[in-house]
Amino acid sequence: MLSFNILVLVATLYVGLLFGVAWAADRRARRGQLGWMRSPVVYTLSLSIYTTAWTFYGAVGSAVRNGFEFLAIYLGPTLVFVGWWWLLRKLVRVGRSQRITSIADLLSSRYGKSAMLAVIVTLLAVVASTPYIALQLQSVARSFSAFASRGGTGIDPPDVNVTAFWLAVGLAVFTILFGTRSIDVNERHHGVVTAVAVEAVVKLVALLTVGIFVVWGIAGGAGDILQRISAADLNTASASGNRWVALTFLSATAIICLPRMFQVTVVENSDERHLETASWAFPLYLFLMSLFVLPIAVVGLAELPAGSNPDLFVLTLPIAHKQEALAMLVFLGGFSSATSMVIVAAIALSTMVSNHIVMPLWLRMRRPTAEISGDVRDVLIRSRRLSIAAILALGYGYFRFTGGSEALASIGLIAFTGVAQMLPVLVGGLFWRGATRRGAIVGLLAGFAVWAYTLFLPSFEGSWLMSADTIANGPWGIALLRPQGLLGIMGVDPLVHALVWSMGVNTVLFILVSLVSFPSPLERMQGVQFVNVFEHSSGQGPKGNVAVEADDLLVMAQRIMGNVTALRLFREVAREQGKGDGLPDPTPEFVDRLERELSGTVGAATAHAMIGQITGGTTISVEDLIAVADEAAQIMEHSAQLEAKSRELARTARQLQVANEKLRELSIQKDSFLSQISHELRTPMTSIRSFAEILRDSRDLSDEQMRRYSGIILDESIRLTRLLDEILDLSVLENGQVTLERATGRLSEVIDKAISATVIPGQDARLKINVSEEADKIEITTDLDRLAQVFINLVSNARKYCDARDPRLQIRVGRDEDRIVIDFIDNGSGIPERHREIVFEKFSRLSDASAAGSAGLGLAISREIMRNLGGRIEYLPGQGGAAFRVTVPVSPPEPSHGVN
Amino acid sequence: MVKHVVLIEDEPNIIEAISFLLRQDGWQVTTHSQGDGALEAVREAAPDLVILDVMLPGRSGFEVLQELRQDPGLGNLPVLMLTAKGQARDREAAERYGASRYMTKPFSNSEMLAVVRELVA
Amino acid sequence: MKEQVSPQFLDRRSYRRKRLIDAARLLPLFGAVLIFQPIPLLFIPSGGGAVTLAVYLFVLWLGLIVSAFLLARRLGRNAAAD
Repeated sequence: MLSFNILVLVATLYVGLLFGVAWAADRRARRGQLGWMRSPVVYTLSLSIYTTAWTFYGAVGSAVRNGFEFLAIYLGPTLVFVGWWWLLRKLVRVGRSQRITSIADLLSSRYGKSAMLAVIVTLLAVVASTPYIALQLQSVARSFSAFASRGGTGIDPPDVNVTAFWLAVGLAVFTILFGTRSIDVNERHHGVVTAVAVEAVVKLVALLTVGIFVVWGIAGGAGDILQRISAADLNTASASGNRWVALTFLSATAIICLPRMFQVTVVENSDERHLETASWAFPLYLFLMSLFVLPIAVVGLAELPAGSNPDLFVLTLPIAHKQEALAMLVFLGGFSSATSMVIVAAIALSTMVSNHIVMPLWLRMRRPTAEISGDVRDVLIRSRRLSIAAILALGYGYFRFTGGSEALASIGLIAFTGVAQMLPVLVGGLFWRGATRRGAIVGLLAGFAVWAYTLFLPSFEGSWLMSADTIANGPWGIALLRPQGLLGIMGVDPLVHALVWSMGVNTVLFILVSLVSFPSPLERMQGVQFVNVFEHSSGQGPKGNVAVEADDLLVMAQRIMGNVTALRLFREVAREQGKGDGLPDPTPEFVDRLERELSGTVGAATAHAMIGQITGGTTISVEDLIAVADEAAQIMEHSAQLEAKSRELARTARQLQVANEKLRELSIQKDSFLSQISHELRTPMTSIRSFAEILRDSRDLSDEQMRRYSGIILDESIRLTRLLDEILDLSVLENGQVTLERATGRLSEVIDKAISATVIPGQDARLKINVSEEADKIEITTDLDRLAQVFINLVSNARKYCDARDPRLQIRVGRDEDRIVIDFIDNGSGIPERHREIVFEKFSRLSDASAAGSAGLGLAISREIMRNLGGRIEYLPGQGGAAFRVTVPVSPPEPSHGVN
Repeated sequence: MVKHVVLIEDEPNIIEAISFLLRQDGWQVTTHSQGDGALEAVREAAPDLVILDVMLPGRSGFEVLQELRQDPGLGNLPVLMLTAKGQARDREAAERYGASRYMTKPFSNSEMLAVVRELVA
Repeated sequence: MKEQVSPQFLDRRSYRRKRLIDAARLLPLFGAVLIFQPIPLLFIPSGGGAVTLAVYLFVLWLGLIVSAFLLARRLGRNAAAD
């Protein structure tokens, strides 16, 4: 017979083995040799912490007492995993992309990093988990006793309480050693997970071996067992009805919401694709774990003496049949179930307690001096360790307080119902963007309160806080408020009653308050991140364990402030910190300063949120922030482009307007030109026609009259012809189609030719012309005929318009290096200033009085000629009379006009 | 009774032609060759008819016509406008300012005489 | 949300993948209906004998596991081929 000492020895050796496994795995992980530790098999096995000592031992007890109920506890998780595409996939993706550390962290970060929500969830988790941990301690202590009560030799079995105490201490040490070795941003614990996987194998092998022994060792094989099941008075009604549905729902909820399950499913997940394997492998594990529950139950009922605790049939059956090795294996299986659950639960809970309760308090108390990041790290690890110890102490305290009298299964279900309160808030947060922080807090608190009132407190059966009288008759005898019959609904199973009421109130309030409240910007941002996680993140998750460092801050600052400014700021701070050219440490002062700087760019609220996200935790990844910054930059760039484009358009519009204006002017000019031509042509034609008719019709004209009228007709005909010539000439000159015939000659000759051309034979030449002698000395190369045409026009103008009594025309000649200047100055009254510009325009006769026979094209033609000769003609003011200056280049211009 | 016409025109040859034609037809012709002072010339002559060119040195025929129509003593005087710019715009302007008739140069002598006779009839 | 913006006509493999996802989504609903046994209860009001019930539940369970296994394997292979 196994002595208690041997049992302790074996248990100690087993624990030693686990230590070794955990230590080796941790060491490999730290070297980066993850290998098989990242395999989907290890992931699936680590999920087996769902099957605790409660299911390892308690499933058989449950089968004996309630028939098929134990199956619901496994079928719920099966549905969740088989339906991984709905929820788990999203949960794992969110957890990875947001670097979630616990379910409290998940909910708080979804609802705008709400500290209050985190505290509520943490407290709820601790309250719901403590009895569960107590349950594990109890079951291990009882399994020790089961051995000891049979063993006649050796030391008397110690008190169950003592066993439980030392077990709690041992578990605390193990968890502290492997759960807090390093504070990893991802909160992954390779050592612990590997040890848990080993334990998962041990408990499965133990249960399967017992099952095989029971079926083929004790009973007569499968057929016999089926007969025995058929004969046993099992409660088949338990596999239907509302309790069946409620239990399935509860267990499905638990696999999602239990802090330790969240830890292994989401936080410890190293690869999303492991879910694919777990989706069928974990249900298979559960299937195998429950395969022999019914056989063990019916055989135990038949073989073991009446009154034996069915919760220990798994252990007592081998003992009764003197299968000591098998009994030892079973003991180790149960031990594994209990310890793995406690270890992971303690890690999960301590993470929550220290992150959401201890650290915020500590930071608030010590804020002014918390400068060195290493300091914070030490505090974090210490607070984790203290939290682990405290959680186990709580579990032990609860075990002592309740005296270990509870039926195992009921504690488990009460805990399940407690954590189920997180489900609406969790699912709502993942699938509904409209879910708000206020809604979450109100729903959670209400559900939690209803759970405590209708299920948790009555479970003490009057021994704590709630009296037996209150449970039976309601507070102050108000029957409507009976904890297990709210509003007079009686006769319902207390668990179903509590589940429906708590979940109902929880969900309705969560939705209603969410609908009427308004989320903060950060909440809305997080809401989008969570609900649309598959659009915002890749499946790979953040690479490596990126702790938030100055690099991240720099990258973000550069995106927002621009490279130069950000670098200058960081360099300045680095120098102040005495770090030379390196990056500065993210001290609180620096972060505060950076936030102030950033708020100048993006506004105070956004800067606070961004900095808060980077330094304060893991709600939004740096990549997301960078994406936000990039978007903002893109928007700014886009609007700058739009502005530039609109400026360009305005410029184009102005240019079009100018062009349009010019076209309109041109059109008006053309109209007026045509109108002028019409006038200039019709006027001589009027005289011609009129006198021609007179000559034809009048019989009694004198010879003198006939001669005179014929002369008028002739003159007007010549005028017409000249006019047409001028118009053609002007058109040719204006279009630049003129062919220049260059020749070299003396300037004085050109001038003389022009003067003689203006003398009308038979008329008295009143005008005295004086040409300066310079003209004799100047040779000029140009189109001499064209130049003479200009001079003719100027001289004849002087003849026509000079209104002096004794008209004189002075022609002065001068030259500098490259041009010759010829001035024509008369002694008349000149041209008024307002007309000096328009005399060069077409048809610009200033006065018709003495200008009969002129179309007013002379100066316009002269100007065009000078332009073609590469010189110019302009009015010369301040010379007493009318004065024109002609400027001609000495060397001939490039014959460009002629070619074009 | 001899009818009196005032001819306001700047082109000497046209003045000569019209004067000759009208005198032959028994009119008394007074000429004025500028826009300036045209109104005074008309008032002084107190004619039965005015022949008015549009393009005049000084002020345009339209301006002269406008003032003539505003003058209480001369408001109803028949006015024949002559223009060398055969454009619709000028015709409209002449009608607006109150010309009795409007002729485009060059014109036929007989037609001109017919119009003048009609205007004073 | 994504389905709305993706093209309506997919190539054969994408189409196959979408139907696989449909199946993966339907599987737990199908399982829940069978676990809650509304159909067996219609025919066997008493719920049948313990053995019948046990065999029914375990076979159903195994069926779900095998279906999940097949779906996960095909989804995984399909995704890997992308």
